[in-house]
Amino acid sequence: MSNADIQRRNFLKTTLGAAAVAIAPGMLLFEAAQAKSDGADSKVRWGMLIDTALCKEGCNDCVNACSRENGWKNNNLPTDPQWMRKINIKDISSGREISLPMMCQHCAHPPCVDVCPTAASFKRADGIVLVDKHRCIGCRYCMMACPYKARSFVHEPLHDQNPDVPRGKGTVESCTLCVHRIDQGQQPACTEACTNQAILFGNLNDPESAIAKKILSVASVQVRADLQLNPGIRYQGL
Amino acid sequence: MRLLRNLFVVLGMLVLCGQAAQAAESMPKIDIGKGGQCVRDPQWMRKNHMHLLIHQRDETLRKGIRDDQISLKNCIECHASTKDDSVIARDDSFCVACHKYEAVKIDCFECHSGIRKSAWLKNQREGK
Repeated sequence: MSNADIQRRNFLKTTLGAAAVAIAPGMLLFEAAQAKSDGADSKVRWGMLIDTALCKEGCNDCVNACSRENGWKNNNLPTDPQWMRKINIKDISSGREISLPMMCQHCAHPPCVDVCPTAASFKRADGIVLVDKHRCIGCRYCMMACPYKARSFVHEPLHDQNPDVPRGKGTVESCTLCVHRIDQGQQPACTEACTNQAILFGNLNDPESAIAKKILSVASVQVRADLQLNPGIRYQGL
Repeated sequence: MRLLRNLFVVLGMLVLCGQAAQAAESMPKIDIGKGGQCVRDPQWMRKNHMHLLIHQRDETLRKGIRDDQISLKNCIECHASTKDDSVIARDDSFCVACHKYEAVKIDCFECHSGIRKSAWLKNQREGK
């Protein structure tokens, strides 16, 4: 047995001995004072209502805020990550032009989850569709399945990630609805950054929420509603 | 005969002591950062921290149960070096020192940040 092996054994032996004395039941110390959230609530369905009349063409505040918050940069290369983008559309017959942000639509029946071979792509109890990067093998089936082109793949090694937003090479990623902010009771970065207040964020299942009330009173649509995916993101004036 | 046996015992003990001393010398020297009271007993943590982390990562990501104590961020908050705010920057950084000694590769920091959130925010402000 080599010297290094013996040293490792000794190191582990001291560790084991002390562990047996210290913790019999396995739990102690801070247990009582521990702050622990209850987790995603299945009674909640997070969603957004985007008013295209208020969304200004050429304004990229939401996309920039998303990029800053989540640490992705898009320099228009085909391999660059893109969690959110602005789209300008024009009705040819009437000439009416509108601008809107497009990102993961957080479907109730997400095709990206259906096709994922490792169950990395999943929907949280509160309706947020996420990628579990611990399980993602980078096959990109979900990118092909998504009708909204919402997902992108990380091609290059990354550094200096936001401690709240882990991202890494070889995995697929998309809008998380700023899940780390929602869990702290904050709004998504894009919603907060929109100077025109075009993005309304809230709980679709709560009849008292601003978003639920507005959806009841104004006409709004889901993009590609014909696919019956029931997205959580709705657009007004589309 | 008895004398010979005693001699062997003494020799054996000497060899063991020598090894222990050697092991102590080459034990990992760890920069524990702020340190202080850990969420579990330190010896228990040395052996079992990975079980806490892997359990908590699934709870947090998939169920949204965020535990302020048993989170990688909280580990980093206490154990990042007071010099460079990192658990992975140097050979004696908190995570690296032991993992290098035990020759166990850590994947965590290919995606996760190894520095304190406060330091990260400061770096962002200063445009580093």
